[in-house]
Amino acid sequence: MADLNITMCGRNFKNPITVASGTFGSGMEYSEFVDLSRLGAVTTKGVSSVPWEGNPVPRVAETPSGMLNAIGLQNPGIDVFLQRDLPFLQQQDTGIIVNVCGHSEDEYLQVVERLDDTDIDMMEINISCPNVKAGGITFGTDPKGVESITKAIKAHTKKPVIMKLSPNVTSISDIARGAEAGGADGISLINTITGMKIDIRKKSFVLANKTGGLSGPAIHPVAVRMVYEAYEAVSIPIIGMGGVATCEDAVELILAGATMVAVGCANFSNPKVSIEIIEGLVAYMDEMNIKNVSDMVGAVHDKY
Amino acid sequence: MEHKTVEIISQEKLTEDIMSLWISWEPDEAVIPGQFINVYLKDPSRMLPRPISICDVTDKGLRMVYRITGAATGTKELSGYKPKEKLRITGPVGRGYPVEELKNSENVVLMGGGIGIPPMLYLAKSLGGRCKAVLGYRDSSTFLKEEFDALGCRVLLSSDDGSVGVHGTVLDAIAADNTDCGVICACGPKPMLRGIKDYASSRDIKAYISLEERMACGVGACLGCVTKTQKTDDHSRVKNARVCVDGPVFLAGEVAL
Ligand SMILES: Cc1cc2nc3c(=O)[nH]c(=O)nc-3n(C[C@H](O)[C@H](O)[C@H](O)COP(=O)(O)OP(=O)(O)OC[C@H]3O[C@@H](n4cnc5c(N)ncnc54)[C@H](O)[C@@H]3O)c2cc1C
Ligand SMILES: Cc1cc2nc3c(=O)[nH]c(=O)nc-3n(C[C@H](O)[C@H](O)[C@H](O)COP(=O)(O)O)c2cc1C
Ligand code: FES
Repeated sequence: MADLNITMCGRNFKNPITVASGTFGSGMEYSEFVDLSRLGAVTTKGVSSVPWEGNPVPRVAETPSGMLNAIGLQNPGIDVFLQRDLPFLQQQDTGIIVNVCGHSEDEYLQVVERLDDTDIDMMEINISCPNVKAGGITFGTDPKGVESITKAIKAHTKKPVIMKLSPNVTSISDIARGAEAGGADGISLINTITGMKIDIRKKSFVLANKTGGLSGPAIHPVAVRMVYEAYEAVSIPIIGMGGVATCEDAVELILAGATMVAVGCANFSNPKVSIEIIEGLVAYMDEMNIKNVSDMVGAVHDKY
Repeated sequence: MEHKTVEIISQEKLTEDIMSLWISWEPDEAVIPGQFINVYLKDPSRMLPRPISICDVTDKGLRMVYRITGAATGTKELSGYKPKEKLRITGPVGRGYPVEELKNSENVVLMGGGIGIPPMLYLAKSLGGRCKAVLGYRDSSTFLKEEFDALGCRVLLSSDDGSVGVHGTVLDAIAADNTDCGVICACGPKPMLRGIKDYASSRDIKAYISLEERMACGVGACLGCVTKTQKTDDHSRVKNARVCVDGPVFLAGEVAL
């Protein structure tokens, strides 16, 4: 039987499948549909130092094989997270990855320090959200900026730090190197690709924020290419995401170089999809005679 | 709320663009009027479920009545599904109308505008027809009207073009009728709900309104569907409630429209 156990940044996970930040709430919302203990880890919605209101509605729109969102990182803040959401997750016998957002370096650090003495597995730092005016993506589009915010965060925590990268850049390799130079323990990619949809009857924008982040199967080939390039550029492990809707999509990202894979807005099309992907992974490995999922990581890179 | 596969029992056209769909439903699964179903489409390029209100539940199954909104839409795809085909859904979703409270209230007035009419039918049925139903249509292609009559409700009509009932909105219809509103329950487009909220608050009438918002997950996780609220709510800790699970029915005074 295939062994799905995987080690990332010194932590052991039951399997390489997690969920993408913001598409699974705090885990509680999907626990009606999914036995959370079957997931490798739950990745939470972005948490900030104080509650954030997010953007006006409409915040979401469907696009062919995808969707746009401009939620604007609405969240109840780190206090509520620690009192309500974290204790719930700690009872679920699953890995815990907490996604962190901020408008300034100081705001990131406030959250990181509060998380440092909890028993979470890893922090994922969102420096790539296209939907907030300050912070978010502005930290994530310049290699020097990425290096400096990574360094600052690493100086404030002993936990593994995963920097979440934006695809809205010219060279993902340079950004990945910036994170590695700053001391990141890992990187995750891709966040959403900035897009826009226009209502031709109203001659106006569908989203109140005008632009939104594109996710879903439509962006999967971009994610595969970027994970591949990042794997070539750095030696720290990668959480791959972007349009994963089937087991085959997850396998592609692993072969391209992802140690773990996050399932994002496919949860909206099928609340049980993460479990179906884990089951599909076992079937694929059995069929291909692969014993350990770790043997698949980056396997395409040996083939030139 | 459950994620499951059901079977289509029947589907028929009520007007040029309004469809009536029955799906299989376990009779012991309780449904509250005002709740809705997330319908997942088969074309995988349509990623997001369509939220559709529950119009009726009987021994036969669960009924939804919906508008086909255009030629290249998900509801157009749905309208082509045939009996015995499988359909994936989650539901019932959300907070519905307070049926027990309404049963003990006098002069309950239901107001439905357009595709806000279907959920009012199940509410009227749950109240044993002991209510007035004010139905607002675009034009003379009415639907479900006879079924409200059959429940024994008093039915008032309005239409945008004046071809049936009072020319104007549901509020024009109750003005023409001098309706005495004890409690209002309403579902329909936002401008109509705004009008009802103002009408109710200026007369100190309790009003429950069912909101419509663009949704992604449909199960409370993505925060795509929020509405501004007067008070900070317990889940979000900001003044944003989720229409899908904290609603879709709210007290008019709770929300800012
Ligand atoms: C709680 C709730 C209950 C509803 N009940 C009913 C009902 O009983 N009968 C009925 O006919 N309609 C109902 N609607 C509206 C219905 O959801 C939309 O008309 C439908 O989603 C449009 O999808 P489409 O496939 O026709 O359009 P498409 O153009 O294919 O839809 C594209 C995307 O936009 C969304 N969308 C488009 N219009 C709306 C809208 N008005 N509201 C919310 N999302 C929209 C779709 O869900 C989809 O994600 C309800 C909406 C909500 C929020
Ligand atoms: C509704 C929604 C909310 C999101 N919220 C966050 C967030 O809070 N933090 C974050 O780092 N990424 C967020 N993302 C990005 C996803 O985690 C993921 O990187 C992206 O959607 C690509 O994966 P997918 O195509 O599988 O959805 C969000 C995406 C969606 C669709
Ligand atoms: S639609 Fe996702 S929270 Fe309501």
